[in-house]
Amino acid sequence: MKNHVFRYLLLPTALVGSLSLLALKTENKVVADPDNAGLKLPAGFGALKVAETGARTRHITVTPQGTLYVKLNRPNKEGKGILVLRETTGGKAEVINGFGSYGGTGIYSVPGFLYASSDEDVFRYKLNAKGEVTNPTQPEKIITGLINRRQHEGKSIAQDKAGNIYVNIGAYSNSCQVKDRQKGSLGKPNCPVLDSAGGIWQFQADKLNQTYGDGTRYATGLRNVVGLDWNAQANQLFVMQHGRDQLHDNFPELYDTKQSAELPAECMYALKKGDNAGWPYVYYDNIRHKKMMAPEYGGDGKKEATGNFLEPAAAYPAHTAPNALLFYTGTMFPEKYRNGAFIAFHGSWNRAPEPQKGYYVAFQPFKDGKPSGEWEVFADNFAGSPEKATAGRPDHKPCGLAQGPDGSLYVTDDKQGTIYRIVYAKK
Amino acid sequence: MKQILFVVYALAWFSQLAAAQQKTPPKVKPTTKTAAKLVAVSAATLTAGKAVYTQNCLTCHMADGGGVERMNPPLNGTTWVLGDKTRLVKVVLNGLEGEDIDGESYASVMPAFDALTDKQIADVLTYVRNSFGNKATAVAPAEVKAIRAANKK
Repeated sequence: MKNHVFRYLLLPTALVGSLSLLALKTENKVVADPDNAGLKLPAGFGALKVAETGARTRHITVTPQGTLYVKLNRPNKEGKGILVLRETTGGKAEVINGFGSYGGTGIYSVPGFLYASSDEDVFRYKLNAKGEVTNPTQPEKIITGLINRRQHEGKSIAQDKAGNIYVNIGAYSNSCQVKDRQKGSLGKPNCPVLDSAGGIWQFQADKLNQTYGDGTRYATGLRNVVGLDWNAQANQLFVMQHGRDQLHDNFPELYDTKQSAELPAECMYALKKGDNAGWPYVYYDNIRHKKMMAPEYGGDGKKEATGNFLEPAAAYPAHTAPNALLFYTGTMFPEKYRNGAFIAFHGSWNRAPEPQKGYYVAFQPFKDGKPSGEWEVFADNFAGSPEKATAGRPDHKPCGLAQGPDGSLYVTDDKQGTIYRIVYAKK
Repeated sequence: MKQILFVVYALAWFSQLAAAQQKTPPKVKPTTKTAAKLVAVSAATLTAGKAVYTQNCLTCHMADGGGVERMNPPLNGTTWVLGDKTRLVKVVLNGLEGEDIDGESYASVMPAFDALTDKQIADVLTYVRNSFGNKATAVAPAEVKAIRAANKK
C-alpha cells in the first residue's frame, strides 16, 4: 500500500522535474528581444541587449567559454578599465567584476592570454582553462612608451598566427599641417609625425617591455586605424583607416561643403610589410576612384597623386568612422557571411552642414581573402531614428565587434555602454 | 565640542525655519549692468554671429552647439562660454589644445582664429553666448580689441 502511494507521488514529481529541466533548457537558449534591441537586421536575424553597462565600452573580446571582456575608454566609477561579463539567461550577461585601472580601446584574446591596451602601453593577462584572468592586478607589460598626444590616441591591437602583435599608432594630427586644422596651413615637409605614428607597428606577442626600437614599423601612411583584424584565409592584416577631415574648412577655395562631406573615403587596406598608404600626402577620392594629392601638399582637388602608395582594398562613405573590423569565421550565420568582414561604423560628425551618416554595422563580402562584391548595411538604427542619425545625435554608437563561441556577433556601443548580441535563427 | 554641536544644531534649525518661510528658492537676480547688456543683444549681431559660426565653428561644434563626445567640447552650459570673457576671447584668438573641459578630455585640436576681425569675434561669441540654451552678456568689438592687444602668444 505504502509503495502504491509512493508510486503515485512519484509521477507528478517526475513530471515537475522534467518540466523544470525543459524550462532550464529554454533559459539557456539565446532569445532575441521582441524589438531586436531596436536594430534593423536582414531577415532571419535577431538581436538582444546583452547588458547595459553605462560605461564607454570600446573594443570587446569573447573567450571560448563565453566570458566577455570589454575595454573601457576610461575607468568606470569603481576605477576599473576592463569589464568582465558572464552569461546569465536567455543569452544575456551581467558584469561580474572589473580590473585594470587604465582607460583605452584595444582588447584581444587568444587561447591562454588576454591582451589590452592603454593609450601608451599594451598589457598581457593570463587566462585559465575557464577563461578567467588569473593575474588581474599584475599583468605583463608587453609594449610601452607609445606616443599619445590625445588626437587619435587609441592603440587598437590584433595578432597573427605566428606570434606577432600589431598595434595602431594614430597620427597626432589631421593632415600634418604646420598648424593643425588651421585654414590654409600647408603640410610639413617630409611629415615628421610618421617617425613615431601614423602607421601600424609590429611587436612580438610574448616579449616584455618592448618599445619603438624593439618593434618594426610594419606599414606607414595610415592616419588612424581603430578597426583591424587578421584574415586567416589571406594570412594578412586588414585595417580600416579613418580618413582625413575638413577639406572645406581648411581649403574653402578648393572644396565646397558637399565635397568636404563626401571626401575622402574611409578605406580598407590589406597590408604587407613595408606598405605605405600615403597619409598625409594622399587621400582616396571615392567618386573618381583615384588617389588624390592632398591640398596641404600641392593638391587642388583635381590632381591625382603620384608615388608608390597602396591601393585601398575597399572604400566606404566619408567620415563614417570605422571603429571595428571582424572577419566572421562562425557557422551560425548563413554561408555568405563566412570569412567576410563586419565593420562597425561609429558614425560621422565631420559631414556638417550635410546630414551625418553611419551608426551601423556593415558587411563586406569576401572571397579567397579579398573583398568581393558590394558592401551592405547589416545592422542599422543604432542611432534610434533617421532624424537622430542625420543630426549627428544618435542614441548609440557602435564601436567594438566580437564573435561568440556559438557564432553570434557581439557589438559594443561607447555612448551608453549597451552591449548587443546578434543571432541568426534558421527559418 | 559641545559649543560646535550647538552651533550646528542652531544653524540646522534656522535653515529649516528659513526654508519653511521661503517656499520658492531664491532666484539669482542678474545685476542691472548684466540685464542692460542682455537687452542690448541685437538681432543684427546675432545674425552676423551666426554667419561667422556657420563658416568657422559649425563643423566641430555642430549646428546645435552640442559638440562631439570626446572629440570637440559642447558650447552650451559651460563656464568656458558663459564665464570670463577674456578667457573665451583668448580661446578664439589662440586656439585650444590638451585642456580638459568641465572634467572631460577632448581629443581634437582647436586652431587659432586670430584671422577673424574684432567685430567677427565679438559677433560670434555674442551669438554663442545667446544660443543653444545659453544666455549671457554680449561681447563688444572694443573688448576683443583690448584682449587681442594684451594677448601674449
